[in-house]
Amino acid sequence: MTVGSGSVPDDAMKLSETREGQRARILRIGGNGALRRRLLEMGLLKGTDLVVEKYAPLKDPMELIVKGYHVSLRVEEAAQITVDPLE
Amino acid sequence: MPLKPFSIALAGNPNSGKTTIFNNLTGTRQKVGNWPGVTVAKKEGKIRHRGLDLIITDLPGTYSLTPFSIEEIVARNFILDEHPDVVIDIIDSSNLERSLYLATQLRELDCKVLFALNMTDLARSRGIKIDTDKLSELLAVPVVATVGNKNEGMDRLLEAAVGLAESETDTARRRRVKYSKDIEAAISELQQDLVRECAETVPYNPRWTAIKLLEDDKVVKERCVSVAADRGRALFEKTDHLRRRIMDLYADEPEIVMTDERYGFIAGIMREVQTNATYRRVDISRNIDLVLTNRFVGFPIFLFFIWAMFQSTFSVGEYPMQWIESGVGLVSKAIDALLPQSLLKDLVIDGIVAGVGSVIVFLPNIVILFFFIALFEDTGYMSRCAFLMDRIMHLIGLHGKSFIPMLMGFGCNVPAIMAARTLESEKDRILTILITPFMSCSARLPVYIVLAGTFFAGHAGSVIFAIYLLGIVMSILTGRLFRSTLLRGADAPFVMELPPYRVPMLKSLMIHMWDRSKMFLKKMGGVILVGSVVVWTLSAFPRTVSYDTDYAAAKREAIAAFDARIQAAAPDHRQRLEALKDESLAELERRQRFEKAEKSYMGMIGKTIAPVFAPLGIDWRASVALLTGFVAKEIVVSTMGVLYAVGDRSEGDVLQQALQESGMTPLSAFALMTFVLLYVPCIATVTTIRQETGSNGWMLFSVAYSTGLAWLAAFVIYQGGRLLGLG
Repeated sequence: MTVGSGSVPDDAMKLSETREGQRARILRIGGNGALRRRLLEMGLLKGTDLVVEKYAPLKDPMELIVKGYHVSLRVEEAAQITVDPLE
Repeated sequence: MPLKPFSIALAGNPNSGKTTIFNNLTGTRQKVGNWPGVTVAKKEGKIRHRGLDLIITDLPGTYSLTPFSIEEIVARNFILDEHPDVVIDIIDSSNLERSLYLATQLRELDCKVLFALNMTDLARSRGIKIDTDKLSELLAVPVVATVGNKNEGMDRLLEAAVGLAESETDTARRRRVKYSKDIEAAISELQQDLVRECAETVPYNPRWTAIKLLEDDKVVKERCVSVAADRGRALFEKTDHLRRRIMDLYADEPEIVMTDERYGFIAGIMREVQTNATYRRVDISRNIDLVLTNRFVGFPIFLFFIWAMFQSTFSVGEYPMQWIESGVGLVSKAIDALLPQSLLKDLVIDGIVAGVGSVIVFLPNIVILFFFIALFEDTGYMSRCAFLMDRIMHLIGLHGKSFIPMLMGFGCNVPAIMAARTLESEKDRILTILITPFMSCSARLPVYIVLAGTFFAGHAGSVIFAIYLLGIVMSILTGRLFRSTLLRGADAPFVMELPPYRVPMLKSLMIHMWDRSKMFLKKMGGVILVGSVVVWTLSAFPRTVSYDTDYAAAKREAIAAFDARIQAAAPDHRQRLEALKDESLAELERRQRFEKAEKSYMGMIGKTIAPVFAPLGIDWRASVALLTGFVAKEIVVSTMGVLYAVGDRSEGDVLQQALQESGMTPLSAFALMTFVLLYVPCIATVTTIRQETGSNGWMLFSVAYSTGLAWLAAFVIYQGGRLLGLG
């Protein structure tokens, strides 16, 4: 629904599809109000860089490094975030 | 001049060291957390500082003041409605950018804010340099550097807080978040309407109210509806109109745009105040995590820790429990020797001492379990537990953190339910509390052992395992049911910080353990005591029972008859006759006890409610046993011992034989075990549920639900089994 500024890169992907160790930049955060707001408030904004630190042993949830701290979110939540892989 | 005490509130992100600072300032016994949501309740401490009385309130740790979670609502309402003289925002220096988000929200509220730049040592070691003067200047907020866990900067913090509270000038509001032109225009338009239409009725700062209305803040909206009544309509139409305009302009909701702009504002501040000296650093915490949440060894290590916790709590705890039990035994023996035979003596020994004994016997479990929980929390391992277990717990609609309370439930439900406090979302907490009693606690095991041992001799182990499994299945079904009905909606996002590992402070572990134990003894002791006395009264009254047989006379006759026979018998027969005499006296004693139990109020109630249990294949004696099990589930066995008339020898073959002769079948025994598994937990657990949910409603609901489910499950098993020809 949102047409953000700038075009979406070809290699854009869901955060839930990234692999461990991947660096990425957030392009868009979707999802319902509460989740979206919470992500934004924790500093996961459009344009923020993150590192996919690891997935939990059962592949869910996942751990990210954002703005110098570690945060975990469920894969289903990460599927709401579109990222642009870096490197 | 006696002054009204200054009120100081502590706000801050979870893991910002807020609770440590609170402890430093107040010396109050309060727990220190290391992962999100530890401080759920509002905690206060009164201190005197340079002749001034200060009331310090520890607000829940939050990342923002958006009213999504209970914690955020509590924190915000406190600031809005209680008007603390000063709000100290505890900022984690190593996480400045994220911390400033809450700071900007506090800045928008009409309150005097002071920043405590905490953990400055940690930030420095990470190569982060913060220009505190610049930060103070940019936001027009006093800033004090502190190191909470080294107790540094506390005096300066109080000094600054008092100074700010005493300052007459209104808080300078020059530097606050300035939004982009279109949003500022919408804010001021709405602000003017607010002032014109209902300035005298809306209790908050108009600019802030306007911002919140634009953000579609439910709480503020409701407040405006309640105070502005009719005039509110125009206001809300205006709000809707402005919101739509912003959405058209930015292609996003105003609250999202504004959050984004606040971070933009923060980014500007960050550029001016923070410099990162060394980017690459040795991150010990990250290395620890490479092992502890490792794909292969993460789970084994986790299981080992949990096993160690469980073992320590319930096996090591067994020893002090035995000491307490023998201590209680000694006390009741002493009283027995001191007091003359009387009703008072029975009350003291069987009601009060036994009741108190049944309470304090849990103390070792609670102390040890909460030592481990505090250790897990203070080191930061608790959030890793949630990280590891969330996948599994999410299947039941629960949070990863629910795992520990539920597992502890297998030991004892009381500390288990207390452990549910570590869950930050209230719904998760209540759901966990509701299903934890289905985890079969160790007190229920003796009941299974007797019943399964009697009726499933060869497969007792498998049957008991099936019962445990049934409890787990019921908890899963209940979890899913409630998650999709009663406790639905606003499913809190999982998004959880994994804080850096920290070395726990022994003092804080001790405070934490002491705090929990004190709470347990003080708040629950009373209720459990009263409950025990009530149950004792029901079993002990009426005092004088009109027996069908005159036992005293029967005993006299028996003694006389035996004595005559002993006199007449040959000396080598005498010993055998003495034994026979004792046996028949004991038999009379047993019958008397049985009749007394049958005719006590408890027995009457049992007989009255027996029809309710009849469809489950449970006779009146087992019904009474179930009733007394409300005090503590292991009492079910001793009551059955009395009622199935086997005297004090409640264990072993005698009770088994009596049970078999009573007409109980394997099927009805299984139904009874199912009922014991699921029905209303013991009085200590019920009291804990009341305590931890803070509501009689949830307590009653839990009692009704578990008992109803127990009846239903036992009914299905018994009647279904009969249909299948098993009974």
